[in-house]
Amino acid sequence: MRIPYRPLAIGLVTLAFSALVLARAQAGDRHFFAPVADPVVKEECGSCHLAFAPSMLPARSWQRMMGELDNHFGDNASLDAATTEKITSYLVANAGDAGGQRYSSKLLKGVAAGAAPQRITELPKWVSEHRKVPDWEWRHKEVRTKANCVACHTAAEQGSYDE
Amino acid sequence: MKNMLVVTSGIVAMILSTATLAGPREDLLAQYAAAAKATGFSAARGQALHTQSFSGGKPDTPSCTTCHGKDTRGAGRALTGKTIEPVAASVTPTRYTDPAKVEKWFKRNCAEVLGRECTPQEKGDWLTFVIGQ
Repeated sequence: MRIPYRPLAIGLVTLAFSALVLARAQAGDRHFFAPVADPVVKEECGSCHLAFAPSMLPARSWQRMMGELDNHFGDNASLDAATTEKITSYLVANAGDAGGQRYSSKLLKGVAAGAAPQRITELPKWVSEHRKVPDWEWRHKEVRTKANCVACHTAAEQGSYDE
Repeated sequence: MKNMLVVTSGIVAMILSTATLAGPREDLLAQYAAAAKATGFSAARGQALHTQSFSGGKPDTPSCTTCHGKDTRGAGRALTGKTIEPVAASVTPTRYTDPAKVEKWFKRNCAEVLGRECTPQEKGDWLTFVIGQ
């Protein structure tokens, strides 16, 4: 019996290629963090910077942050009491540890149980995911700060943080 | 008696028409004018405020133009990298139509740039400047 090497080889290459594409597509799906859907939250948290996805921090982080808006990373970002309360409940309800957040457990891995981290960019998982980004890229005039997600993740506003 | 009725309804009509004519921007300016006891606002003074460098605020934001850019009709950029829509009302017509929003940003931005609250006179001058841009 003669073995049909050629069709077999073509078949194998095709299979390998589709497996690769599929794996990539699945990998892409790993980095979805639902964007802010509430118009008030979007306005108040998205004027100066990207309205960061609530699922990127645990509820206790948001609670602490919303209680310290008068010193929000050095700026006074305080709001009236009603707006503050509305935003806090939205962030807490959609927080990374609120349940139903498929991708948050990975991002929040390594965060101590009672800790309330304030900077997403200081989460252990965030740091390790970005370890290969060289210094000069962070200092690039189109980037300037690690909080400027959209500089590299062009679809960040839609919730996608793929490379 | 009849004359008085005509006069009264005329006055009422006049008040109503000015109320509907004056938009939120005019209302804001009127408020600032009342608070400042100002005789008028000046776009030139507003422009000077906009471009001037201050030392009382945060060192990385010495001037309005640090973030808003030198061109009022062009987009600005916050230190976070986020784009800010042009301050010129002609380019961003939705601006300065929500008094609470205007006050919120005066409060924040004056604190950051000047290190103090802006006076009603300064607010009125600045608004006059950008509304005319």
